[in-house]
Amino acid sequence: MQYTLAEQERKRKRRENQVGYAFMLPSLLFFFGFVIFPMGMALVTSFTNYSMTSFDFVGFTNYVNAFKDKVFLQASWNTIVIVLVSVPVVTLFSLWVASVVYKMGNAASSFYRVIFYLPIVTGTVAVTVVWKWMFNNYYGLLNYVFTNLGIISKNINWLGNPAYALWCIITILLTTSIGQPIVLYISALANVDPSLVEAAEVDGANNLQVFWKIKWPQIMSTTLYILVITTINSFQCFALIQLLTSGGPNNSTNTIMYKIFQHAYQYNQYGYGNAMGVLLALLIAVFSYFQFRLAKTDNE
Amino acid sequence: MQTTVQRTTPYRVLALALLMALVVFFAFPLFWIITGSFKSAKVINSRTPQWFPLELLNTGEPGWAAFLQVVGLPILLAIAVIALLLLLHKKQALHTLGLIVGITVMLGAVAYALYAYISQTGTSWPAAPQLNNYTRLFSKAALKWLWNTLFICAMAMLLTSVTATMAGYAIAKKRFAGRALIFSIFVMAMALPKQVILIPLLKEMSFLSLHNTPWAVILPTVGWPFGVFLMKQFAENIPGSILEATRIDGAGEIQTFIQIVLPMVAPGIGALAIFTFISTWNDYFLQLLMLNTERTMTISVGIAKLQQEMSTDFGLIMAGAAIAAIPIVLIFLIFQRFFTRGITIGAVKG
Repeated sequence: MQYTLAEQERKRKRRENQVGYAFMLPSLLFFFGFVIFPMGMALVTSFTNYSMTSFDFVGFTNYVNAFKDKVFLQASWNTIVIVLVSVPVVTLFSLWVASVVYKMGNAASSFYRVIFYLPIVTGTVAVTVVWKWMFNNYYGLLNYVFTNLGIISKNINWLGNPAYALWCIITILLTTSIGQPIVLYISALANVDPSLVEAAEVDGANNLQVFWKIKWPQIMSTTLYILVITTINSFQCFALIQLLTSGGPNNSTNTIMYKIFQHAYQYNQYGYGNAMGVLLALLIAVFSYFQFRLAKTDNE
Repeated sequence: MQTTVQRTTPYRVLALALLMALVVFFAFPLFWIITGSFKSAKVINSRTPQWFPLELLNTGEPGWAAFLQVVGLPILLAIAVIALLLLLHKKQALHTLGLIVGITVMLGAVAYALYAYISQTGTSWPAAPQLNNYTRLFSKAALKWLWNTLFICAMAMLLTSVTATMAGYAIAKKRFAGRALIFSIFVMAMALPKQVILIPLLKEMSFLSLHNTPWAVILPTVGWPFGVFLMKQFAENIPGSILEATRIDGAGEIQTFIQIVLPMVAPGIGALAIFTFISTWNDYFLQLLMLNTERTMTISVGIAKLQQEMSTDFGLIMAGAAIAAIPIVLIFLIFQRFFTRGITIGAVKG
């Protein structure tokens, strides 16, 4: 009877394992079947010339070709511009809205949350088609309003002009990215320990000082999360491009995501498409890494 | 949360004014979709936009129409601002008044439109010229598209809720080997861009002969680890002592899960369900890749296709956009609290 305790312990552990995996099983099946397996396949096929007719190992050829592909470089540049503009704007803007709204009553802050979330729930496609109408050269609201206000003298073909098209897309992207950060910041600001704020106020700190010294460090983890999700979302901007400009005019709005779609769907170059996908994933990883570094040094 | 008294500073007035402008800017696309869906090609193709779909009212009195066209937008804005100011007020009574004003005005507008409509056309509803866009839309496969979307969203919601609740509970409360490793793989997968895996996913679905069926959209959605992550956060709040006590009482694992765990994580399941439903509804890219015939399309893909085929038939496209947007906006408004909770809990504790 001396080993009963150890025996029991071992039995309990085995049971815990069995039960744990039994509960995990359905989720793991889906996760490995439809997330991990395709991820592995993306990596493997990126080293092949996989297409309708061939499937041979070609080493790093796809990656080398990507860096020689002028359109890919242009698309990468556009993608980076979108990210570098939208991430800071979304973060600062949502922080500002949240800081104005979070002290209002429940109904008011709900109201603003709903309004700023509206473009997201309305759906990418619905929002995109209405903007396409508003941007239209002849029938668009924008040209009508701007010419009547005297801001522009004649109609501008917003989406057909390389100088404006990318900025139009960024504007719409901003309206569809801002809802979630606002919701997150409102709840983060509401969770800041009020006694700290009061103590600082008693010590004579002004609003701005209270914000930077007390609140900002406490909402840092939320900021980091917002930076990461906004970065990922901006990198993946696809529907806007496909429906508004199809990457044009003259590739001025082409992005990595849209180019992957073209190669996969129109040219059937799966290997090359996957290689660009892997490069996109690496690019996102690099951005996320720097954001974590930035957040860390800011915190200390 | 305690509400501090807000001083009226110039900054605050300026901030509220700017906020009001933003509210208009953010709500406008939806307004333009809905009003646009009631406009005829003649109105849409004229150089002067009509702020309201006056043909819907169709009073036959040009005086009214002209009046509304000129003062309509300012009036709408004024009402919005008044309702908002009342809503912002601390006093419960004034707050309620704001709600009443808002709702009355909306109901009044609907009633007026109905009255004008009926008095003009008698009581025969269908096929009136003002609803032309909708008649044309439904003569296409729009109802089928709606049904497909609904089926995909409901199945994805159901399967995600079940699998994620089970897995979230296991990760939070079961000390099985490899638990930490599995969880970190889940988290890392979440940080990777979803679209990168779409080409292999497309091939996989063709291989399984699921391409161009609803399951090609449902299965990858269920596999996405966000739900597990969310449910783990909720399941962690279950006190271990309760689980221990149930075990000592001789309850089996399944019984414990159903009788103890499920009720305690119910708010989490609600949040996850509504979140999954809305995000699946709007997951255009996956649907576009997987569904490519008129019969299997979702509403998003259908509208995108309409837009590509008849790019300047804005009335028809807006009717499609309205049909796609309104159900999900209503669902969002009704379950807003659950939804907000879902996205905050997923983030703040992670």
